[in-house]
Amino acid sequence: MEDKIVVKGLNLCFDTHHVLKSIDLNIRANEILSIIGPANSGKTSFLRTLNRLNDIISTVKITGEILLDGIDIYKKDILLPWLRRKVGMVFALPVPLPRSIFENIVYGPRLNGVTSKAKLEELVEKTLKAAFLWDEVKDRLHLSGTKLSGGQQQRLCIARALALEPEVILLDEPCSGLDPLSTSRIEEALYELKKQYTIVLVTNNTKQAARVGDNVAFFLMGEMIEYGSTEQIFTVPHDKRTEDYITGRFG
Amino acid sequence: MKYRENLIQIGLLLTALSTIAILFLIALFILHEGLPIILKVGIKGFICGSHWSPQQGHFGIFPMIIGTVWITIGALLVSLPLSLSCAIYLSEFSTTKVRAVLKPVIELLAGIPSVVYGFIGMVVLFPMVRNYFGGTGPCILSAAIILGIMILPTITSIAIDSLQAVPYSFREGSLSLGATRWQTIRMVILPAAKSGILSGIILGVGRAVGETMAVIMIAGNSVIIPGSFLDPVRTLTANIALEMNYATGDHRQALFATGIVLFIAIIILNIIANTIARRGVEK
Repeated sequence: MEDKIVVKGLNLCFDTHHVLKSIDLNIRANEILSIIGPANSGKTSFLRTLNRLNDIISTVKITGEILLDGIDIYKKDILLPWLRRKVGMVFALPVPLPRSIFENIVYGPRLNGVTSKAKLEELVEKTLKAAFLWDEVKDRLHLSGTKLSGGQQQRLCIARALALEPEVILLDEPCSGLDPLSTSRIEEALYELKKQYTIVLVTNNTKQAARVGDNVAFFLMGEMIEYGSTEQIFTVPHDKRTEDYITGRFG
Repeated sequence: MKYRENLIQIGLLLTALSTIAILFLIALFILHEGLPIILKVGIKGFICGSHWSPQQGHFGIFPMIIGTVWITIGALLVSLPLSLSCAIYLSEFSTTKVRAVLKPVIELLAGIPSVVYGFIGMVVLFPMVRNYFGGTGPCILSAAIILGIMILPTITSIAIDSLQAVPYSFREGSLSLGATRWQTIRMVILPAAKSGILSGIILGVGRAVGETMAVIMIAGNSVIIPGSFLDPVRTLTANIALEMNYATGDHRQALFATGIVLFIAIIILNIIANTIARRGVEK
């Protein structure tokens, strides 16, 4: 399979704090890459370099190269809205904007110039179905997004990201605040979504990585310790630290 | 031990009550002093009467109400664009360091005594208004400009706080959906901060309505219904301050009655501000 994203020699500092240390990583198209590692290992910071969301923090310094379909996304003439439409993101805490379910989903497409009501309605239905939320909310699309339950809110956020018609979806511990049932629904959705999208999933839950990931990257203290297929990492990890982490000896 | 705790609690309660009692005493006092003349002239005659000559027994404060309203609206027109863009810049675009320096500086504007503002108005603003717009200098325009600057810190500072209170996750959510920073501000942050900003504006209005010294020095104080923004006007507060030391009888009562009108206006503004702020929190 071809590489969707190529990361070369990526370093990231906040002020004097060296958060990511020369990361090299290839992310293949139409796969789910899970990134695992203990807290403060740089997983989330890494994820946020892929849609340049770290840029809003003024003290950040990034060196190295990230290629999306061969285009360096840190080049000067890259338009951030363009990049962020190509690379959608779902956060750890579901944060619907303080608008209705419908408005949450069409927010991105509207900014991108989609105005036809029929097209927007179609998009809402399509993305809510893809996020396995349609049946639960189809009768109350004009309810405020913040009124939904946690699991529903997170699926709304996934639908909202899908509405941008991205190519890559970044998920930052999307199930960390959810119950097992909501979690399994989201995993179900991810499994369907990877047919169309490239998915990068940061998770604290090694079992989740084992369930849904095609490949796994293990991060520790800002370094990528090991990368391999899910099967290999979870059965015969090459690095002692990977083994210690997945067997629960630390983290 | 228990006895001492109770004593402290009761002591604090009494102190707290006494501040409220002061408010009620003031209200009672001005009502007692001012109400008779309002009843004598009639509420309509007092508020809508356009003739104010206490020596002849004419007590209509309509010109002063109009003067206050015009100066307040003018002050808002001067202040809003400045304070809102300042707040948006400091909250959304500047670095934390710049904000930490600039916000206290803006708030310092509120600490300058109002007589100094009046003085600057007379010395600096009058010649400018004379040169560029005509008239003599003391007028609605001059007063609006000075008052606009005086309420700048109130509105700016509350607006910054309301913008900063918008959850950071709204910004990230909007940016990650492909919105630019300005689109994020316009479509997500401003609507979320709206109630806080509005209550800040209303507090600013309250300050403008209640300001006295600077207004006496630069508004001109003529008791006329203004025909243009270059006409001098008198505000409700100026009316009281200017005439109180020689007024007697009905005249004195009419000044207290002017105070009642001001008092009610400020209370209404504060209630509106509080309601808006509370509604914002509940949402």
